[in-house]
Amino acid sequence: MRRSLASKAGIVVAVLALVAVACQREAPGPEGEEAQGEVSLLQTVTDRGVLRCGVNETVPGFGFLNPDTNEIEGFDIDFCKAIAAAVFNTPEVDDKIQLVSVSAEERFSALRAGNYDVLVRNTTWTSSRDGTEGIAFTHVNFYDGQGMMVRTNSKFKSIKDMNNTAICVTTGTTTELNLADRFAELDLTFEAVTFEENPQLQEAFIGNRCQGWTSDLSQLAGIKSEWPESDGGPDAVRLLPDVMSKEPLTPAVLDGDSDWQDAVEWVVHGLINAEELGVDSGNVEQMAASPPNADVANLLGAPLEAGAAPLDSGLGLQPDFMVNVLTAVGNYGEIYDRHVAPLGLERGLNALWGDGGLQYAPPFR
Amino acid sequence: MATAAEAARPPFWRNVRVLRILGQVIFLALVAVALRELYLNLEFGVRRQGQDLSYEFLRSRAGFPIKEGISYSPNQPYLRAFLVGLVNTIRVAAVGIVLATLLGVVIGVLRLSPNWLLRKAAQIYVEVIRNTPVLIQIVFWYFAVVLTLPAIEGGFSLGGVFFLSNQGTAIPWPRAGPGAGIWGLFLLGGLVVAAVMWSWRTRANERTGRPHHRLSLSFAVFLALAGLGYAVAGDALRLDVPRVTGLIYAGGFRLSPEYTAVLLGLVIYTAAFIAEIVRGSILAVDKGQKEAGAALGLTPFQQLRHVVLPQAMRIAIPPINSQYLNLTKNSSLAVAVGYPELASVSSTMINQAGRAFQITVMVMATYLTMSLLISFVMNLANRAVAYRGVRR
Repeated sequence: MRRSLASKAGIVVAVLALVAVACQREAPGPEGEEAQGEVSLLQTVTDRGVLRCGVNETVPGFGFLNPDTNEIEGFDIDFCKAIAAAVFNTPEVDDKIQLVSVSAEERFSALRAGNYDVLVRNTTWTSSRDGTEGIAFTHVNFYDGQGMMVRTNSKFKSIKDMNNTAICVTTGTTTELNLADRFAELDLTFEAVTFEENPQLQEAFIGNRCQGWTSDLSQLAGIKSEWPESDGGPDAVRLLPDVMSKEPLTPAVLDGDSDWQDAVEWVVHGLINAEELGVDSGNVEQMAASPPNADVANLLGAPLEAGAAPLDSGLGLQPDFMVNVLTAVGNYGEIYDRHVAPLGLERGLNALWGDGGLQYAPPFR
Repeated sequence: MATAAEAARPPFWRNVRVLRILGQVIFLALVAVALRELYLNLEFGVRRQGQDLSYEFLRSRAGFPIKEGISYSPNQPYLRAFLVGLVNTIRVAAVGIVLATLLGVVIGVLRLSPNWLLRKAAQIYVEVIRNTPVLIQIVFWYFAVVLTLPAIEGGFSLGGVFFLSNQGTAIPWPRAGPGAGIWGLFLLGGLVVAAVMWSWRTRANERTGRPHHRLSLSFAVFLALAGLGYAVAGDALRLDVPRVTGLIYAGGFRLSPEYTAVLLGLVIYTAAFIAEIVRGSILAVDKGQKEAGAALGLTPFQQLRHVVLPQAMRIAIPPINSQYLNLTKNSSLAVAVGYPELASVSSTMINQAGRAFQITVMVMATYLTMSLLISFVMNLANRAVAYRGVRR
């Protein structure tokens, strides 16, 4: 039995009309659904017993898969450990963190999709990322700038000499945008050779596909330090003196979860304050037992005098969370010295504000 | 009598016709409801993340550089960047389809060659290429072949006009001069005259049975008119010779290392499949056909050209269509070697502009359109070679 086309079309139209009517009847109410309230990630993570951090595994010093130990380690990884120590209130965090390695391209969508809880992956804080990516930045953990790496035997003295060159850059980064802007400003012709990950970029650079490699100075310093011996080792490449942009690298969390955002933010603040107050992994026990002053007592959640109630900031963390954090990873300066100083990077902008740097954290009070 | 029949008629819920329609209505309604649920869920999720579903962002400044393709600057909007990616995809897919077909047909025919060495070589080619992933092949061509060419300072140069290095290949290329417009008119006229010549010779051949020579005659009149036009217009074409500026090539026509690697990877991979289709299609033509051709006194080439190939085409076109679609979609693997085609540019856009949903929808719609266009053209080709009698 064959039905005519017209009658088939009639059926389709009728059904669509029916559905359209049904749709109008119940208008969607996202506000109502939102008002049901969601459990903060702080609670979820505490219950789960494992903190998942979105990290990089290709930047020596910051997040790098150590081929000897087969573990990811670095500056950013220690921040992940610090957050875990605060949330779970224990200095033993090695089995309480899960490091999820993400590419520059997928980091935001993976965070939004809930693949991990906090992004500590040398991510630059910008207005449009804050605005359109649905994520919230916490406190800058590393003040960086964009630099340019070239071969030592090339004749470039500054990026002004780099007219008519090919430049390697990772795609989807702020670096890519700054490169276009700076070179346009200087009226230089260039060709951007883009890859998703540093390893491919390095292959192409070693293969002389491009004459310059631009990225955050911290990344370049790390990559230089691990430059393959087969290509001449770290001395085969050098950094140009130019700083092309501001790159405040900042841990980030999902938008709209202020409890979780506060927790992450105050761990970073705590690490900076600890360095300022002279509390480190070595003396934290003793400082907590007998705080020398009110600032240290507040930071460590310890009573200044026996019997006095310690400061509880109401962050949803234990009052003495910084004791565990400092026992686990040490203060900001210790983390820096452990991972970044060996790359040959001076403290510079990342020195404490009292020492002429920019690292300044709100007080525990 | 009529009333009895009326009474015997079953109620409508027992009526097969009604039930069938009802079943379809319910099914359609379910599909529509499911789709609507999915959409509402998406809208809710996107809004909760503080994002929106508008396409306004396409008009804002892209900001990121794209190294090759139609003219583009980072100051142009996202839409332009998307277009650059699309054209780059078409550039690699269109050239890839032509080259893969040529290579595939040659390899496919070689697979049936009576020459042992050629036959075995073709077989090894097919077995090796067909059984390794195309992504690995593209990465291989890029890192192990193209990038190991000498750097631009020490690159090959042929008479200062052809260049080859790991910065790509640059060859002289004609560019339109001031007389190009007039010459273009002559070319157009030449085409018309050639078409007239073609149909005249065809009819003459049908009427008198004398050889038509339509191809050579049409081509000759076209060439004559084109030559005449070039002389009349004067300065219609200029040869743009490439040169080395700094550490990149300028002028001429340039194949970037990334493009070269992607094209090589896709062509060589797809050709292996096309070769197998060609071989299978030729084998599928009954041996009796060839023998009948021989009985008519046709030479082996004539047997192939007039008897076997027309019938093999019929079998080959549908599966070859799939290979064209595969090649087009596989071009998205170019992202691995940094060739800025559609998928690569879009993923950069997603990262720089957010809006993953909108951009993904655009990319999917674009690939779908491209695939449907290819299928449409291939269906026309299929219809042209189908048996007249069984055309539906």
